[in-house]
Amino acid sequence: MTQAPATSTNPAKADSQPAPTKPSKEMMLKWLYDMQLIREFENRTQQAYQQAKIGGFCHIYSGQEACAVGTIACTNDDDPVVTAYRDHGHALARGMSAEACMAEMFGKVTGCAKGKGGSMHMFDKPNWLFGGHGIVSAQTPMGAGFAFASKYELEVLGTGKKKIALCYLGDGALDQGAFHEAQNLASLWDLPVIYILENNGYSMGTAINRHTANSENLEDRAKGYGIKSITIDGLDILHAYSELKPFFDDCRDKQRPGFVNFKTYRYQGHSMSDPQKYRTKDEVDQFKDQDSIAKLCSDLMGMGHIDEAGWKSMQKEIRNTVLDAVEAAENAAVPEPGELYTDVYANPEKNLSPTATYTHGTKNPLM
Amino acid sequence: MTTMPMIETDIHPAVDNPALPVFLSEDQLPSREGDRIVQFREALREAMSEEMRKDKRVFLLGEEVAQYNGAYKISQGMLDEFGPKRIIDTPISENGFAGMAIAAAMTGLRPIVEFMSWSFSFVAADPILNNAPKMLYMSGGQFGCPIVFRGNDGAGGQLASTHSWCVEALYANVPGLKMAIPSNPYDAKGLLKTAINDPDPVFFMESERMLGDKAHVPEEEYYIPFGRARLAREGDAVTLVSFGRPVNFCLEAAETLAAEGIEVDVLDMRTIRPLDIESIIERVKVTNKVLVVDQSWPFASIASEVITQICERCFDWLDMAPARLNTEDVPTPYAKGLEYDYLPNPERIVDAVRDMLN
Ligand SMILES: Cc1ncc(C[n+]2csc(CCOP(=O)(O)OP(=O)(O)O)c2C)c(N)n1
Ligand SMILES: [Mg+2]
Repeated sequence: MTQAPATSTNPAKADSQPAPTKPSKEMMLKWLYDMQLIREFENRTQQAYQQAKIGGFCHIYSGQEACAVGTIACTNDDDPVVTAYRDHGHALARGMSAEACMAEMFGKVTGCAKGKGGSMHMFDKPNWLFGGHGIVSAQTPMGAGFAFASKYELEVLGTGKKKIALCYLGDGALDQGAFHEAQNLASLWDLPVIYILENNGYSMGTAINRHTANSENLEDRAKGYGIKSITIDGLDILHAYSELKPFFDDCRDKQRPGFVNFKTYRYQGHSMSDPQKYRTKDEVDQFKDQDSIAKLCSDLMGMGHIDEAGWKSMQKEIRNTVLDAVEAAENAAVPEPGELYTDVYANPEKNLSPTATYTHGTKNPLM
Repeated sequence: MTTMPMIETDIHPAVDNPALPVFLSEDQLPSREGDRIVQFREALREAMSEEMRKDKRVFLLGEEVAQYNGAYKISQGMLDEFGPKRIIDTPISENGFAGMAIAAAMTGLRPIVEFMSWSFSFVAADPILNNAPKMLYMSGGQFGCPIVFRGNDGAGGQLASTHSWCVEALYANVPGLKMAIPSNPYDAKGLLKTAINDPDPVFFMESERMLGDKAHVPEEEYYIPFGRARLAREGDAVTLVSFGRPVNFCLEAAETLAAEGIEVDVLDMRTIRPLDIESIIERVKVTNKVLVVDQSWPFASIASEVITQICERCFDWLDMAPARLNTEDVPTPYAKGLEYDYLPNPERIVDAVRDMLN
C-alpha cells in the first residue's frame, strides 16, 4: 500500500465502465417506499420536536431523500456507511427501523444508541452504519478508515471481500482540512471510499458560492487528488442510479476512491431553529415543484409499476409505520440513571475515575 | 443481511470478559534483574513486534515508521519483518490518519498510531478526543475503539515550546480513554503489550530523553496490568509520587537525600487512568507526607488530581499539606540552562523534600 500504485496517477473517470444495471420493478418500488418513509418520518420528527419530545440539534432530511436512497441502492448490505449529523435518512435507507431511530431522538432505551447519541449520532451495527457524526467533516477521514479496514481484511487477514465504503458530507464539510487529508490518503493508498457530497447549496446560512472557492467546478478538487468524480442531478433518482451504479461498481472493482457531487436541496431550515433569512420562499418552492418523490412516483406510474390506488395504500402503510414508531418511542422507558456509567469503557477496570464506577452496558434488543 | 463483526473478535461491552492477557501480580512477574540489557526504544519495539506476530489485526502507522525505520528508531526493522501493509508510512496528516485509524479500530482492527511527538497530536485533537474515547458511549455500546496512540511526550532537548508538550493533564480529563506513562524499559514493554490488547483507546506516552535508557528486559513474555503503581524505592520520610521521566529524577533525588540520612519512597504510578490511588494511600499512611512530582504544568495537572484524591481518601493521615512539584508555569524555553530549571529536576526535588522536612 505504501508503494505508489499505478492507478494513483490516473485522474478522473474510468474509461471502461460496466453496463448500467437496470433496476427491477421491486427495487424501484422499494426506493419509492424508502423515500416516502423518510419524508413521513421527518414530518413526524418536526412535529415531535415542536412538542418538545425531541431535544438538542435536529436536522431534517426532507428534500434530499433521493441521495441516501439512490446511493445506498448501489451498495451491498455489508458495505460500511458513515455520515454527518443530518443522518435520519441514511439510517432509514440503510435499514434501521423507524422505531429505533425515533426512540433515539426521544432519548429512550430502545433507541439505536440507547438514548446516548440523539438525532446527530445514529449508529447501527447490524446494518453497517458507523454513525452519525456531529463535527463537520470528522467523518471524512473515518470514511477512508472503513475502506482501509476492508482492504486490510482482504489483503492481510485473507478474509472479507472487495467492498466500498460510503462517506457522506455536506457542502460545508468541503472547507475542512480533514476532508483534504482524507482525499489525499484515500487516493495515495487506493482506498475504496466514495465521498458523496450532499450538495444542498448551503452550509447553514452560507450559500455555497460564499463559503467555498470555485464552487461551480467541485469535481476539479477530486481530480486534483487523482480521484474519479461525477456530478449528479439529485432530483431524479432513476437517472442518478443509472449513473451511480456503474460508478460505484468501478470503484469497487478497481478498489479506488470516488467523489460524487450530488446536487440536492433541503426543504426545511438547517436545523429546527433556523428562521431562513438567507433564502427566499420562491427558491424553496421552485425546488419543491421538482420534488424527487413526486418525480419517481409519476415515472413509476408511467411505467405501469404503480397506480394511484397503490400509491395511496403505500402512503397509508408508511404513515402507520411511522405513527407506530412515534407511539413506541413515546411509550418506551427512559434510561435508568445507572445507564450513565455504562458503555464508557469496554474494559471498565477500577480506578478509571475518582467519582464514577463504570460497568458494562447491556445490548440494545432492537439492534 | 451480513452481520458484524467484520473481523472476528468482536468485543461487545455486554460481554464481561474481553480476551485480555493473563496478568500476574508484581511478585510473579519475571525479574527486573538480569543481563539482557536493552534500550527503552527496543523494549517498545519488542512489545509491538510480539503482539504483531501473534495478532494480524495489529498494525503500526505514523510518519517515518517504515522506510526511515522510525524517526527515533523505535520501529527499526519492523518494515522488513511485517511488510508495508502493516508498517505504514503516513503523510503528515495527523488529523487524517488518526481519524482513519479510529474507523479501522471500530471494525475490530487494532491500530497503533505513532505520533512523532504528542506535541503534534493537537492537529488531530478532534478524532482522538471527540471520536476515539466517546465512540462506545455515543453508539450505545455498539462500536468500541481498541486503538493505541503513542509517541514522545514532554521536553526533548532544547526543542522549545511548540515541541515540548506534556499532554497528559489535558487529555486525562476525558472519560473513555486510558493513559499509560512508563518510566523505564521494563515497564514500557509490559505496559505497551497490555495497551495493545486493551479494548479501549489507550494514550501511551514516551519520552525522547528516555529512549536510549537501558535496563534488563526479560526474554519471557509478560504483561503489566493497568492501574497498579510500583514502589520503586521504599523510605519513611516522605512519599514521592510520580510517573514517566520524572520518576528517574525522583530516584536520583532519593540517592542524594539518602546520603543526608533521609529515606524517601518513590512510587511510580505507571498509569494515569486508571489511577492506583490505593497504593498511594498505603504509602501515605506510612510516611504521612506526600510530594507529587509531575512533568506537566501545575494548574489542573495530574498532581492536582492525585492530591485531591489523597485529600478525599486519607486526609487524616497527613502530617502536612500535600505538596506538588511541577514543571515551571511558563512555556518551555529553549536555552539549555533555562530548560533544565523549568523541569522538575533532581535538585528541585531535593529542595522540595528538605522544605517539607524543615
Ligand atoms: C467543526 C464544526 N464547526 C461548526 C459546526 C456547526 N455546524 C453544524 S452544521 C453546520 C453547517 C454545515 O453545512 P453542510 O456541511 O453543508 O451540511 P448540511 O447541513 O447542509 O447538511 C455548521 C456550521 C460543527 N458541527 N462542526
Ligand atoms: Mg449543505
